[in-house]
Amino acid sequence: MSGLVQILMDALSLGGLYALTALGIGIVFSVMRLANFAHAELITCAAYALFALSGQPVVMAVAAAVLLAMALAALTERLAFRPLRKADPATLLIASFTVSMLIQKLLVFAFGSRVKPIDPLPMLSQPVWIAGAQVSLLKIVTIVTCLGLLLLMMVFLRRTSVGLQMRAAAEDFTMSRLVGVRADTVIVLAFVLSGVLATVVAVLFAAQMGFVQPRLGLPLVLVAFVAAVIGGLGSLPGAVLGGFLVGVTITLLQALLPAELRPFREAFLFGAVILVLLVKPDGLLPARGMKDRV
Amino acid sequence: MTLLARPEPTPLRIAAREAARRALPLVVLILGILAIMLLAGQAGIVTQRRVVLCLISVVMVVGLYIFMGNSGVLNFSAVGFMAIGAYTAALLTMPVTAKRTFLPDLPAWLATAELPLLAGPLLGGLLAAAVALPIGVPLMRLSGIAAGIATFSLMFIVYVVLGNWNSVTGGQASLMGFKAWVGLGSAGVFAIGAVILAWLYQESRWALALRASREDAVAARASGLRVVRLRLGAFVLSAFVCGVGGGLYGHFQGTLRVESFYLDLTFLYVAMLVVGGTRSLSGAVAGTVAVSALAEALRQIEVGVSIPGTGVLISAPAGLGDVVLAAVMLLILIWRPQGVIGGRGDSYGRAWLSAFGPGRR
Repeated sequence: MSGLVQILMDALSLGGLYALTALGIGIVFSVMRLANFAHAELITCAAYALFALSGQPVVMAVAAAVLLAMALAALTERLAFRPLRKADPATLLIASFTVSMLIQKLLVFAFGSRVKPIDPLPMLSQPVWIAGAQVSLLKIVTIVTCLGLLLLMMVFLRRTSVGLQMRAAAEDFTMSRLVGVRADTVIVLAFVLSGVLATVVAVLFAAQMGFVQPRLGLPLVLVAFVAAVIGGLGSLPGAVLGGFLVGVTITLLQALLPAELRPFREAFLFGAVILVLLVKPDGLLPARGMKDRV
Repeated sequence: MTLLARPEPTPLRIAAREAARRALPLVVLILGILAIMLLAGQAGIVTQRRVVLCLISVVMVVGLYIFMGNSGVLNFSAVGFMAIGAYTAALLTMPVTAKRTFLPDLPAWLATAELPLLAGPLLGGLLAAAVALPIGVPLMRLSGIAAGIATFSLMFIVYVVLGNWNSVTGGQASLMGFKAWVGLGSAGVFAIGAVILAWLYQESRWALALRASREDAVAARASGLRVVRLRLGAFVLSAFVCGVGGGLYGHFQGTLRVESFYLDLTFLYVAMLVVGGTRSLSGAVAGTVAVSALAEALRQIEVGVSIPGTGVLISAPAGLGDVVLAAVMLLILIWRPQGVIGGRGDSYGRAWLSAFGPGRR
């Protein structure tokens, strides 16, 4: 029983982080068909902001990190992705790779490539006991924050005018422009929102890892990217589903694989990804309006 | 009168003109690579090593082009096939005594195998192709982002497996003990070989059909083209060239680390192709040379360059070169999203031929 609770908590907290990251990537993809690898650097930069302000009160550090990530997201959109809006998805993908590389190298240039210790949420380090299992408070806060934020996002997208515009733009960008949705506003807003989501992930992830380094966000975004594709790129519920699915799969592989196969667990995960894509190339919950009409 | 004396273009002359037009990019590329080899022969040993790496990159990017350029499908698995080629080449040509020292747990048949050096890259390429064939059968049905993620997953699986298959690859440790025999001459010959192979494929009817499916997949299928089969052919050929490239890479470095066959190289090769222009062989080679030259120039500036005649030494802080390289590549993408050479890459001979070529009007 205690083992089960442990696994469940691990799966949910990991899946929550992936879901939030996948959602950030998915929001941008849904409005401009950009698979944004530079999302990793939004996370990393937010974590570095926490590192730079590590003596200050938590609220201040997090506020600064959010502002930085939002500004950076808007800046990359304006400088790099807006001029490329008409380019094909492959070029956009490569451009986002390049932006990611550029910011990463800037971070190496500014802070060095060494690992720096960080502890943004020291008050959450004590463990709590649930049903006989020892779970860190941080994991519980991670799960609650992720679920809360997902709920908040849902309310925002369903109940506000801006949210409605974003969903309209995601479904049919040209049509939504014809009925008065401002393209630039919606796209910048999507980027800014992805910056906010990236910051939340950065705070929780940096607290779990206990360090920052210039490639902090990369492994997270790689897996979240895969999660978004499995869920159905461009579909926001799909991104969340994919994130949790991948988190649960990784945790289960870690717990259930025999010891000699455990180093290969990621190979199993990515093998499963290929299988899912072969059966459902558009993901489990395909976004509407993604298929080209002939 | 001389004007009137010129013969009418006969079918033979038109055919000759067409053949010349098609072959011109190939000739230009081969001459270009030969020129680079000649120039590098005069340079210092450090620069020479950079040029060898650039020529190996030419092999890799041309391999990438064979599939990505002709089919228009994203492919991030090239570095995985490169790794397969590199490890195959190293393990098959490594002296038996060295194997006993570095890899005591090898299976018996592999532990006693010691093939001639040239067999390394070629068998590496063949094994990469043999792996690509069964995996390609289901994978080639995918397009767009799904294809990108699936091929990325494939690269990642190769990375994880090679990194943890301790008895054969040495796992996370560096693999040593095999010969570093690839130099300027051999790398150049293989680069030219890759270009010729890619050109021969590009001029074949299969490649023409594949490019038709790139332009309009539905129309191609409706015209009776077997798109999956066409893609598979290109994918296997591409894996072969990338496997050979990996073998060269290993035999150039003299040591192998699984770490090197991961995101950085994947990004580098795809960026080289995209910067030059995905849709032409000339673009693939030009992009590789341009990005390599830029990286090398920035490295020189980081080390320090003295302006001749003034004795002033300019040097940039370490790490700035990487930043500038990424920034320049981004600017190129924004400036020319189709790549520097663009889609017309392999028809640049047309203007030249209409002025000087055979059968002109």
